[in-house]
Amino acid sequence: MSAPILVADDSGRIRNRFAALKAEGRGGFVTFLTAGDPDPETFAEILRGLPEAGADLIEIGIPFSDPMADGPAIQAASLRALTAGASLRKTLDLVRGFRENDAETPIILMGYYNPIYQYGVDHFLVDFKEAGADGLIIVDLPPEEDVELCIPALETGVNFIRLATPTTDDKRLPAVLKNTSGFVYYVSILGITGTSSAAASDVGAAVARLKRHTDLPVAVGFGINSAEAVRDIVSVADAAVLGSAIVNRLADSLDENDAATPKTVDTVLSFVRELASGVQTS
Amino acid sequence: MESVNTFRSGPDESGHFGIFGGRFVAETLMPLVLAVEEAYESAKSDPEFASELEYLFKHYVGRPSPLYFAPRLTEHYGGAKIYFKRDELNHTGAHKINNCLGQILLAKRMGKKRIIAETGAGQHGVATATVCALFDLPCVVYMGETDIERQKPNVFRMKLLGAEIVPVTSGTGTLKDAMNDALRDWVANVETTYYLIGTAAGPHPYPEMVRDFQSVIGIEAKEQMLEAEGRLPDTLVACIGGGSNAIGLFHPFLDDSSVAIHGVEAAGHGISSGEHAASLTGGSPGVLHGNRTYLLQNEDGQIQDAHSISAGLDYPGIGPEHSWLHESGRVKYVSATDEEALEAFKLCCRMEGIIPALEPAHALAYVSRIAPDLPKDHIICMNMCGRGDKDIFTVADALGEVI
Repeated sequence: MSAPILVADDSGRIRNRFAALKAEGRGGFVTFLTAGDPDPETFAEILRGLPEAGADLIEIGIPFSDPMADGPAIQAASLRALTAGASLRKTLDLVRGFRENDAETPIILMGYYNPIYQYGVDHFLVDFKEAGADGLIIVDLPPEEDVELCIPALETGVNFIRLATPTTDDKRLPAVLKNTSGFVYYVSILGITGTSSAAASDVGAAVARLKRHTDLPVAVGFGINSAEAVRDIVSVADAAVLGSAIVNRLADSLDENDAATPKTVDTVLSFVRELASGVQTS
Repeated sequence: MESVNTFRSGPDESGHFGIFGGRFVAETLMPLVLAVEEAYESAKSDPEFASELEYLFKHYVGRPSPLYFAPRLTEHYGGAKIYFKRDELNHTGAHKINNCLGQILLAKRMGKKRIIAETGAGQHGVATATVCALFDLPCVVYMGETDIERQKPNVFRMKLLGAEIVPVTSGTGTLKDAMNDALRDWVANVETTYYLIGTAAGPHPYPEMVRDFQSVIGIEAKEQMLEAEGRLPDTLVACIGGGSNAIGLFHPFLDDSSVAIHGVEAAGHGISSGEHAASLTGGSPGVLHGNRTYLLQNEDGQIQDAHSISAGLDYPGIGPEHSWLHESGRVKYVSATDEEALEAFKLCCRMEGIIPALEPAHALAYVSRIAPDLPKDHIICMNMCGRGDKDIFTVADALGEVI
């Protein structure tokens, strides 16, 4: 057996936010956008406006040239961001900037392992925490590769949020949940981001299964695209994650050269506001 | 050089060759990857699996492929004796069929109903479409738009064989993008679909499994060389994209310390130009497509485009076992440019009556560099892993001729 992990104290922001949502008696709304899409300034402005527009937690994609688990919308967002000069280092700068005005909203960085591996895992975790980010979701690091980043993250006090999927059977689930912290992200469909959507009833059964194995909150993502869908999901889970639908709105607001227009920030934030109505208690 | 007793024991239980390899895939795929591993472990020890594969190798592929002494090239270079292991004479014209037959038998054992594959030059696509026709399974091949354009004959071959070709427009429209899209398909169709990876890369157990199926090349070459010369060769040479033909030739010889082993990467317009496909010579370790290996990438970990005149070598990564053999020092990795490969291509046509694929033309370019200075009793065995019919349009274009 490997040595026990010495889990360090995390920022507490994720735990506090889910506790607050529970106290309010409502589900959480999680937004996803890719860092630096379509350019650093526009992205920073959108990011600043997200909590007021109704985002309870914010996921930020780390741009990557080869996002294998993502559909066309998020692939295109990554390429736009990279073309506009985005990088992992600049992603951390954006988080740092956001924290100057917001000390409460949890920030989760989501992406692929290679940019972090090139940055250097230990160095990255220190900078990540210092920037004020709270959790990591790394798509291509299953439990089999926990020594790479998951364990160092937990030992540094960075939440490592794992994806559970419809193919994660009961035999595998304990291994998937073992070193997960913050919350569990349930991928509701077989497939890439922004494709089909799952029936709320199926999701409900899956979330109930997860809850039998963990006390952590469960957020559900992939294939959710409207306020109504958000409402359905939070009736059976602790939070709903929306990515491709928001990214598509952003893309639609750009000019023919994929540059931001005067309406980009408003378009995105109004859509987020509309989606967030799905978690409001009437 | 690392002090190890054997270079042939990898990978370890978790699929690592030293620090390379591993299983860097999304959770959705992880149960599948474990199922492939389990099925392969059971197939490996099943004599029926081995005999079925052996039958197909002999009667369908035409194995063993000959080991041929190349008299005129030997004389021309005036040094070492040059032998070709002629896997270009296989059914479908390249070594790719060896691996496809092994994996389709595995897919059948697993009860899979649909096969997907990625292809660069189209050789793996053709070989996959071929075995799918033979076993009556629907076949979807992901191929970059750029590659579809430069490999038209193979695209048409795949269509004749009944495969559906999906053009990949994301990224640069080459092999890495085709692999991304094949992985996306697999995530969406895990229950029915088997992903037939064409090279010795990807998540464990693929690098090991593809190597094992391709090792027939080296096992035969060893026997044939003993028969022809009464001893082992002094030097092995093979070209490397992902590296499946090379690992197939090299692996059975790794513990024969008298045998020098050289892998030849594609240097494109030259390593210093930045436009090449030489991951070991010009790249650094990183994680992509399920494994840790040497990659062409920038300091932010973004994968960079590869360039080679040969579509089959045009990949920004390399199989993880090669990365390990590189760092352990057992295999020496070198490179040859587009221009050098073209020269070797032309010479091989004229002097041996063999039109090589542009991929092994890189290996021959390296042979032409070392052979003249080696003694006449030095034996080089080069893997002629594919034939060049598919490349005649590319070569004509490079030579400024219209056909």
